[in-house]
Amino acid sequence: MTMARAATLRRSFLGYSYSLVGVVAALVILAWTLVAILAPYVLPHSIGDIVDDDYFGPMRQGLWLGSDYLGRDMLSRVLMGARYTVGISLAAVSIACFSGVMLGMIAAVTGGWLDTCLSRFLDAMNSIPSKLFGLVVVAAVGSSIPVLILTLAVIYIPGAYRFARALAVNINTMDFMTVARVRGESTFYLIGSEILPNIIRPVLADFGLRFVFIVLLLSGLSFLGLGLQPPLADWGALVRENIGGLPFAAPAVIVPSLAIASLTISVNLLIDNLPQKIRDRDT
Amino acid sequence: MSNLVEVRNLRIEAKTDAGRLVEIIKGVSLDIADGEIVALIGESGSGKTTVALSLMGYARPGCRITGGEINVNGKNMAALSEKERAKLRGTDIAYVPQSAAAAFNPSSTIMDQVIEVTRIHKLMSPAQARQRAVELFRALSLPDPEGIGARYPHQVSGGQLQRLSAAMALISDPKLVIFDEPTTALDVTTQIDVLKAFKSVMRAGGIAGVYVSHDLAVVAQIADRIVVLKGGEVQETGTTAAILSTAQHPYTRELLAAFEPKPRQAHADVDAGTRQLLCIDNVTAGYGAVRADGLPLIRAVDSVSLVVEKGRNLGVIGESGCGKSTLARVIAGIHPAAAGNIVFDGKELQRAARKRSQDQLREMQIVFQYADTALNPAKPVEDIISRPLAFYHRLDRQARSERVDELLDMVRLPRGLRYRHPSELSGGQKQRVNFARALAANPKLIICDEITSALDTVVAAAVIELLKELQRELGLSYIFISHDLSVVEAICDEIMVMYNGERVEQITPDKLTAPTHPYSKLLFSSVPKLDPTWLDGLVRDPELVSQYGHR
Repeated sequence: MTMARAATLRRSFLGYSYSLVGVVAALVILAWTLVAILAPYVLPHSIGDIVDDDYFGPMRQGLWLGSDYLGRDMLSRVLMGARYTVGISLAAVSIACFSGVMLGMIAAVTGGWLDTCLSRFLDAMNSIPSKLFGLVVVAAVGSSIPVLILTLAVIYIPGAYRFARALAVNINTMDFMTVARVRGESTFYLIGSEILPNIIRPVLADFGLRFVFIVLLLSGLSFLGLGLQPPLADWGALVRENIGGLPFAAPAVIVPSLAIASLTISVNLLIDNLPQKIRDRDT
Repeated sequence: MSNLVEVRNLRIEAKTDAGRLVEIIKGVSLDIADGEIVALIGESGSGKTTVALSLMGYARPGCRITGGEINVNGKNMAALSEKERAKLRGTDIAYVPQSAAAAFNPSSTIMDQVIEVTRIHKLMSPAQARQRAVELFRALSLPDPEGIGARYPHQVSGGQLQRLSAAMALISDPKLVIFDEPTTALDVTTQIDVLKAFKSVMRAGGIAGVYVSHDLAVVAQIADRIVVLKGGEVQETGTTAAILSTAQHPYTRELLAAFEPKPRQAHADVDAGTRQLLCIDNVTAGYGAVRADGLPLIRAVDSVSLVVEKGRNLGVIGESGCGKSTLARVIAGIHPAAAGNIVFDGKELQRAARKRSQDQLREMQIVFQYADTALNPAKPVEDIISRPLAFYHRLDRQARSERVDELLDMVRLPRGLRYRHPSELSGGQKQRVNFARALAANPKLIICDEITSALDTVVAAAVIELLKELQRELGLSYIFISHDLSVVEAICDEIMVMYNGERVEQITPDKLTAPTHPYSKLLFSSVPKLDPTWLDGLVRDPELVSQYGHR
């Protein structure tokens, strides 16, 4: 981030300074979250209904985003797709980050054989290619929403673990950790009260980054046909099933791509522009 | 233009993260003649480093030179373009940083880094530069001047590295050298060699210098004139002798007063002094693989015994690496001893802290040197101090809150500070919070590990006064670990001198027993005095120096 941009786009509010880029990104994310929650109540058509005589229909009144390769309403399918993309990714990233960060902090504080075993095991997990792992699991147990969430979470636990452990190891060498240990504090207190408050900002940034990865991986799996099964579709699946519309510049393939891009870019921009507490009290 | 440096009405502004402008240098003027060394002295935050850096036309990120003239060798550094300034830096003006260890690149040899300036400015051929560097190494009395350049920074000692960074600054024959607290991080025995080397090189070359420091005794040895700064303004200027003898400004007097030996109160409760609080018998601890006899490969503490009596203080003194901090960690159980017994308050203690009972842990508290790392930056002061209250005494929220107020009063901090985070406190305030946390446990013994080393002289003196007062009120005992003899003498009833992991001798300042062991003699004679002629008149037994001084 350059000094010039920081100077021109930063504002302050309630003791925090924030940038306009971050606010716009937060609004985009908020809008997609609202869509995900409210989608079933605002759908103009059912996602399975064929409402257009033509396939890859253009944008027009009644079909605001055109129709897909079977003549279904694209607007309904994108709105419903938000629900699956945001919902599944959020659930998966929450599980991955929570488990990874907890294990990472415990390993850093405890050290010794527990740290060694956990680290080697998760390194081994990390060495399995993520798409291949997803492929094998889906082939073995079939594709359903809980399976997808768990698979995506398992794929991203080792990364979250490594990240949190690296941060926690640095905090662990500080004198206040020694003071707390000599006081006789439990491991639970050490990780919850001494380490977590110090690593929460990078962990949140990592959370956002991993959310983006998961959205993209989920879209990738769906693109290969391993994600949600028809007629349900997340954004990645929408791109895949409508890929035939590309030569016609059909909105059916462009709109879900834009949806994926807007969500992932916004999350990244928000992470880079989180509000910062102002330490200068005299203003 | 009569003087080499003429600074007139210098103003520097800093921008806070809220976008507010703060003037940190408020109209400073100073002159430096050719070949003169001027010291900038003041507490941290007084702007002494900022002024020194501005002589190179440099302002740290977020700061801006807003007004005034900085004439160095006839050029106004404030008005030059960045490109023109870059030409002067390293050639006309050179800089010696505080931490030479952080200033050297660990991945290339010392010689490459020392002659880098001549390469950048195309001053001389590499062969000539090497020759000149070796001459400088010799002038700075570095060992093995021919070969030392081939080593890497981690292969030489801290004092040698500091002299090498001076060689780096001097290689281009600058007219002005800026020293930014170059000896603050060094032991007293090493500091002397570095100061002597600096002084002789500067004298021989007739080079003008700016010496930034908060240690008046060090400055008295090397500077011709002293400029006292506080709050970004010049408080007083004068020759070294004048400042030391007839200081006018209250702040200068405060600085001087911190050096005066405090009258020690004799302990009234002599009978209480007969009870042993802590007794350590033949403790050995160290690092590395455990050998067949159960002792570690490298012994940082070797068969040390000591006794602390109730209500009395023990000082442990020695250079860095002598094992004094390891001893503190062994007593506290952070680094379990490999052999020996620790008896505390009549009971034998387990060697590892985690095996000791909660009450035993509560009664012995340790306070660390760096309050910055000893206080959790993510928590407000209130939470930091109230945790021992909740953990040891199981006080409820109301009682904790009242006790935090009491503790803040005890360490002379305003109650409003409880809502602040450690990053919003000054160094002295942080150390007081650090101490308040130890007091919250209601301990019998507090181990103070170099707690004043990171503080300015005036602040350190105030902290020592506070410790003495609390001892009178609460009947505490301290183990006071330091490399600064004057600090230890001010507070301790007994002083133990450590060298190379072993106890060398024990001295009682009350009885004015003179040190008898050669290392103690060297250590005691190395503490700088306010007398400006002290360094020149200092004669040290060369045999002692070669045996114990790490040069």
